[in-house]
Amino acid sequence: MKNKKLRGLSLQVIPFAEIDKLSISERVKKILGIVLNNKIVIIHGRLRAEEEARLIEDTMALVDHVKNFRGIELAVIEPELSGRGIMTKIRHGLAKKLVGDSEALTVVGPSSIVKEIKKDPRKIELFLG
Amino acid sequence: MLRILKSFSKRMLRGLFKKRESIKIGFYGPPNAGKTSLANKICKDWTGEEIGLVSRIPHETRHVQFKEKVEIKHKGKTLILKLIDTPGIATKIDYEDFLKYGVKKNEAKKRAKEATQGIIESIQWLDDMDAVVIVLDASENPYSQVNITIIGNLVARKIPVLIVANKIDLRKADIDKIGAAFPDYELVGISAKEGTNIEEFYEALFRLAKKI
Repeated sequence: MKNKKLRGLSLQVIPFAEIDKLSISERVKKILGIVLNNKIVIIHGRLRAEEEARLIEDTMALVDHVKNFRGIELAVIEPELSGRGIMTKIRHGLAKKLVGDSEALTVVGPSSIVKEIKKDPRKIELFLG
Repeated sequence: MLRILKSFSKRMLRGLFKKRESIKIGFYGPPNAGKTSLANKICKDWTGEEIGLVSRIPHETRHVQFKEKVEIKHKGKTLILKLIDTPGIATKIDYEDFLKYGVKKNEAKKRAKEATQGIIESIQWLDDMDAVVIVLDASENPYSQVNITIIGNLVARKIPVLIVANKIDLRKADIDKIGAAFPDYELVGISAKEGTNIEEFYEALFRLAKKI
């Protein structure tokens, strides 16, 4: 898991519909299962706050038990709504209630590959090791 | 029957009294932001004792630590707090990071193991807080997912939040950036190490207690 040189980069995109019906444990298990295979997960949507906390908890439990696994890098990219019209915000809120936060993207990668995710309101940068 | 009623009313009264007596304030944030330094400053100011050790090596606090009955007086008002200092929350722990600080390999591995357990402990304690002070390093980028995750979890649990931008004595400190990242929360800039703006922090702490 702890590569000295990056030999390739593998991304796995998960549509939100694929994890929508799963329980918190199943979602987190699915994400971490992919990350443990040295892949970067891109979820079309975002996890709820308690799911993110659970992801961190389970990651720490794995760091303790899986040899050479050091943890994850995690970031969520959301559409910038400030400055947009009230109708856009209402539509976004409604869509969020109906199909989850599908305009957001969640990036989760093994920290041995994704060294750092730098984020500010306008951009997100992944620094790979 | 009378004995059962007596014990029930005793427990009820004790429960009510306890709730009024002490407010549980948690100190949360990423590692090395100065949570223990701030908790120490408060404890020193009002009890004369510290809550825990501080270090330049990240994850110095690896277990939740408490200080009971910290009585704070400010402008004629009194707050009695139970201070709960938590280990910094992170998404990764690499024992090799500790080696850079001169920690020996075995000690670094032990520290990493304890740090992972400390993070789990911190998250599990979220439900027990009456209010939370989030301590951020004012010289670091605040747009980290860990900060957003902590705040999101507190909002979901309806726990009042105060954000503290610590280390404002550092040249790189940028309070405005922290304010811009979390515009919906009260923010106080301090230096726990130097004691800068501590009075302003205590005022904010009283306002936080009112939100409970």
